[in-house]
Amino acid sequence: MTNVLNHLSRRTFIVGTGAAGLTIGVLAACSKPGDPGQSDLEPNPEVNAWVHIGHDDIVTVRIARSEMGQGTLTGLAQLVAEELECDWDKVVTEYPTPGENLARERVWGDFSTGGSQGLRGSHQYVREGAAAARIMLVEAAANEWGVPVSECSVSKGVISHTGSRKKTTYGKVASAAALLAPPLEVQLKDPKDWTIIGQPKLRLDTADKLTGVQVYGADLKLDGMLNASIKASPKLGGKVKSFDAAAVESMPGVKKVVQVGDDAVAVVADTWWRANKAVQALPVEWTGGLDYSSAAFEAELDDGLTSADAFLGNKAGDTAAAFADAAQVIEATYRVPHQNHAPMETMNATAVWTPEKCEVWCPTQNGEAALAAAATAADLPIEQCDVYKLHLGGGFGRRGMSDYVVQAVQIAKQMPGTPIKLLWSREEDMQHGFLHPTTKARMRGALDADGNLTALHVRISGQSILAALMPQALRDGADYATFQGLLPSGLDPRVEDQTLKYTFPNLLVDHAMRNPPVRPGFWRGVNANQNAVYLECFMDELAHAAGRDPLEFRLAHLQDSPKSATVLNAVAKESGWGSNDGKARGLCSFYSFGSYTAACAEVTVDEDGYLKIDRIVAATDPGNAVNPQQIEAQVQGSFVYGLSAMLYGEITFEDGEVQERNFDRFNSMRIADMPKVKTLVMPSGGFWGGVGEPTIAVAAPAVLNAIFAATGKRMRHLPLKDQSLRDA
Amino acid sequence: MATLNVNGQTLTVDVEDDTPLLWVLREQLGLTGAKYGCGIAQCGSCTVHVDGAPVRSCVFPVSALSGTAKITTIEGLSKAGDHPVQKAWAELDVPQCGYCQPGMIMAVAAMLKTNPNPTDEDIDAEITNICRCGTFVRVREGVHLAKTKKA
Repeated sequence: MTNVLNHLSRRTFIVGTGAAGLTIGVLAACSKPGDPGQSDLEPNPEVNAWVHIGHDDIVTVRIARSEMGQGTLTGLAQLVAEELECDWDKVVTEYPTPGENLARERVWGDFSTGGSQGLRGSHQYVREGAAAARIMLVEAAANEWGVPVSECSVSKGVISHTGSRKKTTYGKVASAAALLAPPLEVQLKDPKDWTIIGQPKLRLDTADKLTGVQVYGADLKLDGMLNASIKASPKLGGKVKSFDAAAVESMPGVKKVVQVGDDAVAVVADTWWRANKAVQALPVEWTGGLDYSSAAFEAELDDGLTSADAFLGNKAGDTAAAFADAAQVIEATYRVPHQNHAPMETMNATAVWTPEKCEVWCPTQNGEAALAAAATAADLPIEQCDVYKLHLGGGFGRRGMSDYVVQAVQIAKQMPGTPIKLLWSREEDMQHGFLHPTTKARMRGALDADGNLTALHVRISGQSILAALMPQALRDGADYATFQGLLPSGLDPRVEDQTLKYTFPNLLVDHAMRNPPVRPGFWRGVNANQNAVYLECFMDELAHAAGRDPLEFRLAHLQDSPKSATVLNAVAKESGWGSNDGKARGLCSFYSFGSYTAACAEVTVDEDGYLKIDRIVAATDPGNAVNPQQIEAQVQGSFVYGLSAMLYGEITFEDGEVQERNFDRFNSMRIADMPKVKTLVMPSGGFWGGVGEPTIAVAAPAVLNAIFAATGKRMRHLPLKDQSLRDA
Repeated sequence: MATLNVNGQTLTVDVEDDTPLLWVLREQLGLTGAKYGCGIAQCGSCTVHVDGAPVRSCVFPVSALSGTAKITTIEGLSKAGDHPVQKAWAELDVPQCGYCQPGMIMAVAAMLKTNPNPTDEDIDAEITNICRCGTFVRVREGVHLAKTKKA
């Protein structure tokens, strides 16, 4: 796969000829027109792992993280271009493969794209890589001219020598620069000198998304490729007992009927439509499985709300004593159900397997995990496998898992040498997710006679993601992710970005783990979503019980987090909090993924209980704001994801089977539901917070608190669908 | 066998009568701009035009098309990606993951053809496509911007 480094053939580089002898054109991560290359010249080698510059001065930035809509591709390119001092208009991007990363001792670091880590998790080494490339390019020019480096400067990819007024471009010295030793030390630019970071640059990957040209995994077509549709046991934990392949083998286009693992069957056909029609018609007898019911599991969740055993998440003072002394004790129970990620592009992967080699093309949030999973399924050494990433048609955490990659390889292994594209039907996608975990919370607050909050107890009951997916990450059995946004500072550097910013005199946060036999997953925002509903709706309840203004009540506990107070005050002011205009408003303040966020929602609830979310004012302080217009887009988008869940989203099981199998029963917001969104991007500098996820958490609590302001009714169980917002 | 007029070309395909137009476009004709999202006409990712009207092609059997029906896909919406909707979308950076956007753009383009000056209420009523990334704010801005643009 050396050709990925070859700029001349970037647009349709040849990947993975493999034993099948395929010549496969795959679009690079992003490409711009106007970089035709110059065929009479040897292509330039890369300057370093991060940067390739062609003879035509086109700068190709290598992007290790995956682009799934969140804009990381453009943001990372901005970080590189800033330190490289290249011409932004000449920047294109491409994905190195996980296999190359492995072969080069993980020179590109972590490929995993989750936890809002795309920029904040790699900004340092990405910028240093770009700065090193700049130093080498300038040194190459200085060498050529026989002048000291200190007399040379660079701007937009043009290197100048002050004395002689000589000029050259990056493209002309890239080849010589590649031979130089990389600098031992680099100095990154002072943020005040940034000219590309912080600018609202347009995305690099838009053009092809407007014309149908963008190739997603679902669109990939390889020479000789066949299509597969799969059906895994509809019942949790069920296995294939038998299936009647002969019943469908004569259907149009059908090539093969295969078992996949022990729990699924697939039909391979010339087209996906035919494969899917046949797999739906395939008689399958299933065996085993669990009769899990979501409704019945409520009793276990309820048990956890009051059980004696619970993992400790955060503790301050003496809550028992404070509750005993309370003038008023307020209590409320909240519930959040399972959610499916439901990205618009269903799970898919294309695999070709031979006894010597396995190659996979797929949209994945974790290329290295996909590679490892492919190698295991292929039963081949990892060095004989590779994964070629395509842009994701949505991820939201779902594509951090590699189950669909394993399935594609398992099918391809049964048809050696033939590329197989496995595409899940929407029904398959809805039934076999890794679900946003269900939890409930029992909130108790103690108020003194003056309406001061003297103690808070947050008891979470419910499912742990880590217990199911990463048990090695539990701490003495406890799942810190469950406490997201509620954790104490100083507990563990890995969760310092998920800490509670309120100061309470007496506090207890604990978790009674209650795990249903449903696989949980990291869903955009993760447990910040549930915990923000619990904490921030209850803060609203406490403020009202205390007869205090919800803004003032919150600020009284944010004395130790001025950044939190700043964004909260900002949304309140922008929204007109406290004005007598008759608007129903609700607030939320939350800190997660290293960013300070707040929202003020404005809603109307008519006499029939019909909800209109009129506007949400949002603010975020992510420290450094790499691309403000993309941050706005992420805030708006995160609200759609969060509010869709609040309004409609719920996955339920009956007899072990998912009941919501498509968007008819798992509804998602449409444009008519969409509030106006005013986003205040308020970077205070000095740190790198996340963007894709943090704001999702503030949408639902702000709206729920605004609904209370409109109706006087607390909505504590989600989703809102099928519930009356007004008491009859 | 079915004869189709797609993006100005007349083409013959050998498919079963119940094959949805979406899959004929994607698999027989290689036009993968229209996307599969749900298969039940809920999400609109598969929206194409049939005689100018928006159609959710995932449930539209190819046999229901008359041989003279003119089908337009995202690939045929404009010659150089310069339809007013595409121009507005580029200017406002509307797409995020982009998967639903061909359907979204086709739905908006069809609306503007019959209603060149839609209000917010018209947009709410006409554009019912699902976008899980949540581009709706910019889609709305994009519609209003596209109104002002010429092809």
